[in-house]
Order: sequence, then structure tokens, then C-alpha cells
Amino acid sequence: MSGTINTSEPVNVQAKDIYRSREPIASNGFADFIQETLALTKRLFIQLQRRPSTLVAGIIQPLMWLLLFGALFQNAPQGMMSDDLSYGQFLGAGLIVFTAFVGALNAGLPVMFDREFGFLNRLLVAPLASRYSIVAASAIYIVALSFVQTAAIIGVNGLMGAGLPSIAGLGIIALIILLLVLGVTALSLGLTFALPGHIELIAVIFVVNLPLLFASTALAPLAFMPQWLQVVACLNPLTYAIEPIRYLYTHPQWNLSSIVLQATWGDVSFGTSLGILVGFALLTLTAIQPLLKRRLA
Amino acid sequence: MAAAVIIQNLCKSYGTVPAVKDVSFQVDHGEIFGLLGPNGAGKTTTIRCLCTLAKPDSGSIEVGGVSVLEQPREARKRLGYVAQEVALDPVLTGRELLELQAALYHIPKQEAKQRIEVLLEVLDLHSYADKKTGTYSGGLKRRIDLAAGLLHQPEVLVLDEPTVGLDIESRVVVWDFLRQLRASGTTIILTSHYLEEVDALADRVGIIESGLVIAEGTPSALKNRLGGDRITLRIREFTSPAEAEKARHLLSELSCVQAAIVNPNQANALNLVVTPASDVLMTIQQSLQAAELPIFGISQSRPSLDDVYLAATGKTLLDAELSAASSRDLKAEKKQSMR
Repeated sequence: MSGTINTSEPVNVQAKDIYRSREPIASNGFADFIQETLALTKRLFIQLQRRPSTLVAGIIQPLMWLLLFGALFQNAPQGMMSDDLSYGQFLGAGLIVFTAFVGALNAGLPVMFDREFGFLNRLLVAPLASRYSIVAASAIYIVALSFVQTAAIIGVNGLMGAGLPSIAGLGIIALIILLLVLGVTALSLGLTFALPGHIELIAVIFVVNLPLLFASTALAPLAFMPQWLQVVACLNPLTYAIEPIRYLYTHPQWNLSSIVLQATWGDVSFGTSLGILVGFALLTLTAIQPLLKRRLA
Repeated sequence: MAAAVIIQNLCKSYGTVPAVKDVSFQVDHGEIFGLLGPNGAGKTTTIRCLCTLAKPDSGSIEVGGVSVLEQPREARKRLGYVAQEVALDPVLTGRELLELQAALYHIPKQEAKQRIEVLLEVLDLHSYADKKTGTYSGGLKRRIDLAAGLLHQPEVLVLDEPTVGLDIESRVVVWDFLRQLRASGTTIILTSHYLEEVDALADRVGIIESGLVIAEGTPSALKNRLGGDRITLRIREFTSPAEAEKARHLLSELSCVQAAIVNPNQANALNLVVTPASDVLMTIQQSLQAAELPIFGISQSRPSLDDVYLAATGKTLLDAELSAASSRDLKAEKKQSMR
């Protein structure tokens, strides 16, 4: 159709009918917040449904890692990585965490495009109960996406002989992923509002992405690394997400005081790992507050 | 009853560049107020401050008695904003966009559904409602954007360059629609750099130039204030400066000519301001004939809005546009619009 507006058809509704009532809409802070957050989340899922390539790629990529990277070290002697583990079994936990991490790191991209294309302004002129609904919607979306990806990796990993954690174990994996994704999503959204455009954001994601993978215990255990890398890996939050999950896979019996990692600074228990992840999420969420306030106030 | 919008001594700089130096105006309930000026004059910045998208350095803005700076959320409920660059999510359908918009304004679902139906009907969008907005033409995008801006029944509708890039036919339809809205009691503020748009629509005009409001009033009052008729005289199709100057000198002697300039942007045509009388053209023709100067074209008119602009700024709007276009920093402008 052309850009012209067809006036030849009889229109029985007129401009005055747009104003049905001049009654103001009552506002109710919390219900309003829920309404706007759900609507914004729904938009992200509609986008996903109509442009599923991100999800498809996000599932295929870790599986390729599992398949190819696993094959690369297939001939490593049994037990080289840790006790009684094939490399494929060892790699599973690292990939679950890495996939969730990459997904969360990209959380800012849609928001950045909204900034650049002016769609964010549409949200900002609306009387939102809180502009954190924009942040909340991104977080909900990315968490859901990460769960789907994690499920896919756990499933394939199981088929490849790594076995399945117990129900409680799966619950803990979900919790770990949730904490990590919240923390990294906050970081990504912070970058989104601090950087001038998507080119810069993508550049930062590129730079951060692989080094954090290599400087964690995703691909090799601490004992495998030179001393300095061990120190770096023990500062990397990814390590504290990977090790408890790996422990779940290899130890049918576990509790919060089980030692999952012998870090350079001391033994780390299951509970400490979770505590570190909670701390990481809280830290990043707090750290971006001033920036979000300035941009979204 | 207080005015619908009151802007007082608004001032806003981006870095060291002042975008709005001192802008004040009032808009009454149910009128269309046109903000006229070339690109870069400060129209969009004024609008962005009004719609809570930019924070003024100083000054005050009230919408329906609510301070935009102190109670931004209340002000947002009263304002409908249609931006210059239509920002639609190309993946969403028109209806989905309106549903999202309704939720952002916390309109209950049932009510939203009915309002969306009405808007789709009024703006003749029904057959496109369930197509993705990415497939829309420019005119359709404008209309869905207009619908989105009206969904919450705002007291004041703010439109930034509402018909930029539209063909004449679509523009006229938008104009008619805005007139209907005004008739139903909505206050409308629009910016434009189209003279005819402001002339056709606005009850009152504010002319804005370099961040200042330099004239304000109804279009006819602004024109009448100028007095005198305008005559454009072309000696030849392309007149030499010397010949034009000679003619200017000659015609300035006539008692009916109040002012005369040579306009290099119109191939050295003469722009005259004359005392309205029936024999003015004749007098000029005779005078030129006596000096053996030819006439390529001559026209007489009442003062136009462009003349108002010319009188206030010393240049025509078109010239201001051209000089603004060459000095625009699009990247900086984009940065200003990003949050």
C-alpha cells in the first residue's frame, strides 16, 4: 500500500470518539509495575518467537562446544582432569555456566537497540510505575532463555553418558544459573547505558567473553593451571558457578558443607560458592543503580 | 482556568552548546499551538523537555497545572507524545504495539481493547492491524504512532514534525484529523518547519530561532503586524547584481515603496514592501520602463508567514534551513536523543 490515507471510505467513527471518558485511570503502584513488566516481557518473547535464531544459535553453540571441544581432548588420559572423569563429563558443567553467562552478557543488546532506534523513548514518556520494569523484563527474559539452554545441555550431556543430577541437584543448578544470570545481566545493562552504541557494546562483549571462559575452571581444573592463572580463576565468579555444578554431577551425595573447590585462598564449600554468587549478583545490581538512576530517572 | 501548558524561561544546553536559550510560551486549552523554526532552532529540545525526555538546566514547565519537573509521572499521564522519528518495533504487529502501549499507561485490558478498536477505525488502520509494523509504509507508521500517542486520551497531544516525509495527500488527512481532535477538546502542540502546515493548522504560532522565541501570536496577527504588501520583481530570469542594484535604487525613490532589497538567493530578484494600493504595480512598471529596464516577472501578495519569519530573523525560513543543514551535527543530535 502507498503512504496515502484512504478517505473515500465512509468512516462512522470520528476523532471525538477517541475520548470515551476523561476519567483518569486510577494508579496502583505495584499492580502497575506488574502490568508494565509483563507487557515488556511479552514483547521480548514475541520477538523471540518471530526471530528464533538467537535461541537456536544459543542452543546449537554450546552443543558444538560439547561435541567438538570434547572430541579434541577425547584422548586425554582418563583421570587427567580429575578423578575418574572423561573430558566430556568434565566439560558439561563448564558449558552450562558458560552458555548462561554469554546469554546474560548479551542481555543489554536489545535494550541498546531500543536506545538507538528511539523505542526506549516511547517507554520513557509513558508514566511507568518504575522504570526498573525495563530492567526486570530483560532479566526475566534472559533467565527464561538460559533455563531452556541449560536444559538442552543437561539433556544432551546426559545422552552422551554424563548422567543426570537428582531433582534437588537440578533445582540447585537452576538457582546457580539464576544468580549468575542476574549478576551478569545487571553488568550487561550497566554497560548498555554507559556505552555510546551497540558497536562498542559488542566490542566489550567480545573482549570479555573468551578470556573469562579460559580464566575459569570451565575447560580445565585449577591444578592444571600455572599459579598466576589459578589466582585469576579463583577471582572469576564463573568458577564458583561451575564447581558446585560439577560436584553435583560427580558426587551423588552432597550437602552445603561439601568442599567443591580448593581455591588459592582456601577450601570453598558448596554453601560458600552459593554465597559468593549471591554476593556477586547483589554487587553488580547495586553497582549499576546510580547509572540507571541517571539514565532512567 | 489555567493554561494547558505553561513553559517559562526554559533553558537547556548539551555540553557547551546551548540548544534552548530562553523559551517561554503558554498554550490554552483546546488550541493548536505551532512551534515554527528551522532545524536546529531548539524546537525538538523544547518538546523533549516538555515530555520529560530531557531535563532542563533551568526554567519551569507545567502541564494541566502539574509541574513536569516535580511530578514527571503525573505529567506523563497528561501528555501524548508523537516523536519526529517514528520508533516502532518492526517485529510487533500494529495491534501488539498498541496493546503494549496500553499496558505502559496502565489501561485496564478490556478498556484498552475497546479503545484500540476505536483508534484503528478512526485512523483507518483496521486492515493493517495484524501485520508487522516493519512492513508499513511511511504514512501507516505515522498513523499507528498517532494512535499510540492517543491511546491514553491525553489532555495535551505533542507532535514533533508530524507530517515530515509524508506526501501531500497524507498530510492533508493528518491535518484534518488534528482539527477534529481539537474540536473534541484536545490541546495540541506541534513543531514544524513547514510554513503552510503551521498556517493551516495553528491557532497561535511561536517562531523559534537559535533557542529563542522571537515572535508569538495568531498567524493573521503576525502577518498584519508587518503591514504593507510584498512584491517580488525579477528584471531578468537571472539578473546581474549591478542591474538589480540599479533597479533597487530607482524603485526606492518611489513614495509607495517602503523597503527594497536585492535577494541573491532568488537570482537577484527584488523584494519590495509597498503601501497597499491598486496602482502600485503600474507605477513600478512605468518607472522601470522609463529607465529602459525589462521585467521578467512581477508578483504582489499580502505578507505571508515566511515574511513574518524574514522580518523577525532577517532571512527566509528556506535560507535558514539551508544554512542549518550545512552546519548540522547529526551524530551529536542522535546522541542527545539517546538515553
